[in-house]
Amino acid sequence: MKLKLKIWKQKNAKSDGAFETYDLDGVAPEMSFVEMLALLNQTLAQQGREPVAFDHDCHEGICGSCGMYINGYPHGLVKGLTTCLLSMRHFKDGETIVIEPWRAKPFPVVKDLIVDRSALDKIQVAGGFISVTTGAAADANAVLVSKKKSDLAFDSAVCIGCGACVAACKNASAMLFVSAKISQYALLPQGRPEAKERVRAMIAEMDKQAFGSCSNTGACEAQCPKQIKLFNIARLNREYYKSY
Amino acid sequence: MITLNSKIPEGPLEEKWTRYKKEAKLVNPANKKKLDIIVVGTGISGAPAASSLGELGYNVKVFCYQDTPRRAHSVAAQGGINAAKNYKNDGDSVYRLFYDVIKGGDFRAREANVYRIAEVSNQIIDHFTAIGVPFAREYGGTLTTRSFGGVQVSRTFYSSGQTGQQVLLGAYSSLNRQIKAGTVTMFPRREMLDLVVIDGKARGIIVRNLITGEIERHSAHAVVLATGGYGTIYYLSTLAVNSNASAAWKAYKRGAAFANPSFVQIHPSSVPQMNEFQSKLTLMSESLRNDGRVWVPKAKGDKRPANEIPEEERDYYLERRYPAFGNLVPRDVASRAAKERCDAGYGVGPTGLAVNLDFRDAIKKQGKKAIEEKYGNLFEMYKDITGIDSYVEPMRIYPAGHYTMGGLWVDYELMTTITGLFAIGEANFSDHGANRLGASSLMQGAGDGYFILPYTISNYLAPEIKVPRIKTDTPEFQEAEERAVERINRLLSVKGKQTATDFHKRLGKIMWDHCGMTRTEAGLTEALKLIGELREEFWKDLLVPGSADELNQELEKAGRVADFLELGELMVTDALNRRESCGAHFREESQTPDHEALRNDDKFAYVAAWEYNNDQPPVLHREDLKFEFVELKQRSYK
Ligand SMILES: Cc1cc2nc3c(=O)[nH]c(=O)nc-3n(C[C@H](O)[C@H](O)[C@H](O)COP(=O)(O)OP(=O)(O)OC[C@H]3O[C@@H](n4cnc5c(N)ncnc54)[C@H](O)[C@@H]3O)c2cc1C
Ligand code: SF4
Ligand code: FES
Repeated sequence: MKLKLKIWKQKNAKSDGAFETYDLDGVAPEMSFVEMLALLNQTLAQQGREPVAFDHDCHEGICGSCGMYINGYPHGLVKGLTTCLLSMRHFKDGETIVIEPWRAKPFPVVKDLIVDRSALDKIQVAGGFISVTTGAAADANAVLVSKKKSDLAFDSAVCIGCGACVAACKNASAMLFVSAKISQYALLPQGRPEAKERVRAMIAEMDKQAFGSCSNTGACEAQCPKQIKLFNIARLNREYYKSY
Repeated sequence: MITLNSKIPEGPLEEKWTRYKKEAKLVNPANKKKLDIIVVGTGISGAPAASSLGELGYNVKVFCYQDTPRRAHSVAAQGGINAAKNYKNDGDSVYRLFYDVIKGGDFRAREANVYRIAEVSNQIIDHFTAIGVPFAREYGGTLTTRSFGGVQVSRTFYSSGQTGQQVLLGAYSSLNRQIKAGTVTMFPRREMLDLVVIDGKARGIIVRNLITGEIERHSAHAVVLATGGYGTIYYLSTLAVNSNASAAWKAYKRGAAFANPSFVQIHPSSVPQMNEFQSKLTLMSESLRNDGRVWVPKAKGDKRPANEIPEEERDYYLERRYPAFGNLVPRDVASRAAKERCDAGYGVGPTGLAVNLDFRDAIKKQGKKAIEEKYGNLFEMYKDITGIDSYVEPMRIYPAGHYTMGGLWVDYELMTTITGLFAIGEANFSDHGANRLGASSLMQGAGDGYFILPYTISNYLAPEIKVPRIKTDTPEFQEAEERAVERINRLLSVKGKQTATDFHKRLGKIMWDHCGMTRTEAGLTEALKLIGELREEFWKDLLVPGSADELNQELEKAGRVADFLELGELMVTDALNRRESCGAHFREESQTPDHEALRNDDKFAYVAAWEYNNDQPPVLHREDLKFEFVELKQRSYK
């Protein structure tokens, strides 16, 4: 199929950006969105034109590298998929697709579709860990964990740190991301000893990184490719109140 | 000229590591912070190494080319991580894990190293559990396990089909703790372009800041490469697309021997290629063979939909050929068996290059819910890619390049032939011989990083406490930087017509056809010629748009492909040299009457370690493998 692509181009963080329009032929329905962009880049490179910069690595929806607005939606409109797993079957021949980098104050544009998401790392550095030094652990079965809790912890631990939740939120809030991490540790007995310090430190860092506050619109849940649930945010709030 | 000294401690197998630890030199806490260590790589080997060295008090600098350490390729590992816990009371033990890995590797690994990794395996599970990795559990609250290929016990710990993600995020969280504590400094979006060797010792690296294009110098008392494998040389592989060999290759060119480069694992189950634009193949975890049955139609060219083929017209060829291990034979065996059926005309799907992996019987027996719980995300991923619902129809799978057993040669201390340069994880060659068993790579990477390297690197650093911080304004740094810049300029100045991807695809095809699942003297000889020609063409006709002083992904790719074009030649040279079949290295000239790999222990029970020799052919050094504790046997999974 043939597509018209309107893509945000921006040389670097300091310069202004603008949309550029590209015509791309030869797109196959079984390609992923990322492969479609790779085809565009290959075509551009062969013409000696500058390719579109974008992050991607695993192509399996697990590393969290890829991510862009596709027609206004982070990772596109299909539920539960990252950009690299979104297949071109979902688009029509002749369609115009608008592609932009995440727009959120804490995620400055690095180049074209690449943004700087290091603010998410900083939140984790602040407290997203359990302080057990290598070699100090007891036998793994010394602490029993109910399967239900462990499964719930896993469900929140699958967050890939892509930032789509922030990009989807009109306040650029990182609450869904932070709540996923907090929930994983809050649900496991191993995470309890530091629960108070952790939640305070991560929330303080989140505020420092200029993420907005949560106004419960639920846009983050709707766009999260890993279907992290809103009730994690309720748990985060509970953990936060409990910490004082 | 290098000499190989594996430095294996004396004594009985079970006592070697204990003895080593007892005798290893230590660095006192006050001195540790005066010692700098560079760790390149943040996967399941690098992140554990960096965090545990930070915990010890060393001053650690960590590098990766992703925007954050948490995206290292290890994040994509699916099926699980092995340990000899024997929680299932099914006869597992450290010895059995050791034996399975040695046998699975077709007797081409070092006994002492393999025994040690089996020994530390249990601690890895304890540690990950303690730092909050949500491994799958039984209803009673204990950890559960599943089986993987090549073994008869259930020793694989897992988190659904995303174990790599969970253990990597665990390792990343410990790394963050050390970043907060100030012992570890993280340098993301940096690509190592060269290694700096001063007076015979690894003392630093040259990196390119991938955002600004700036070239940076970083120095240290020791350098650790945790840079992963080179399976992406096939272009289409199950690895993350940016995975590459460049760091290890630069080390090779500075004097680190490269061991068994041709030992590459072709994984039996990936989603078959669908079109020529595809840039990677998606793995379908080996754990699926716990419950999925592999089959092709008994009739050649049978094009009926799988579900319309009656039971008696199906050939469950793995169960037929290997009754003892059935669908759970090791990967090399399963891959070749699939290729054999497809080459003989029994393959399924539009291209005929696929076999069925069928869950019908498992769903009938255990219910859909049980299967969903174990493999839900894999079934979903398969459906996203192919549009096929494997709860209803079989998956179609085909082998794909997956893991490189070959890598930098290291001694028992995980040190390369360059003093002070260590290699851990998939980047080294050490534990898997000629074929890796499933779920042992996460084990090896994490074991190297958490529980082995901290001891061996301290032993090396103990006498280094007198060495002040290494300066970066030395002629050696200058020279290495110039070399890196010169190479970038060379890549940019060709100004030809073909992109790095064009060359990568062509190289990948040569490697897949001639140095893939099966190899022949004639094919390999042809490959040598083709690679040489392709490399010449590369330097005449490469096209890299953009410049060096900005984020330039085409330039990054070009550098990696340039290195692959050299590594490919070494892989073929190694495959040519090894005139035997062993594990994943299958020379058609050397097979048993029923088409299994036929080793030649008299001539080839050695590690082939290659030394770079400028423009001359590489020099082969042999490390003879002595089997003192296990008996060399023809591997059998019947
Ligand atoms: C799809 C898939 C599934 C798998 N499933 C399993 C499984 O279930 N169980 C199992 O045991 N094994 C599995 N494996 C194998 C296993 O995942 C890998 O062997 C292992 O994760 C490698 O870890 P590593 O730390 O050595 O390297 P990697 O995780 O590959 O990390 C390499 C690191 O080095 C950095 N790096 C590389 N080069 C440079 C450079 N030049 N400059 C700066 N940084 C650099 C990268 O940024 C990255 O941080 C799987 C592999 C694949 C492909
Ligand atoms: S919560 Fe969802 S959208 Fe947000 S970073 Fe995690 S996976 Fe991405
Ligand atoms: S490329 Fe890894 S999640 Fe999309």
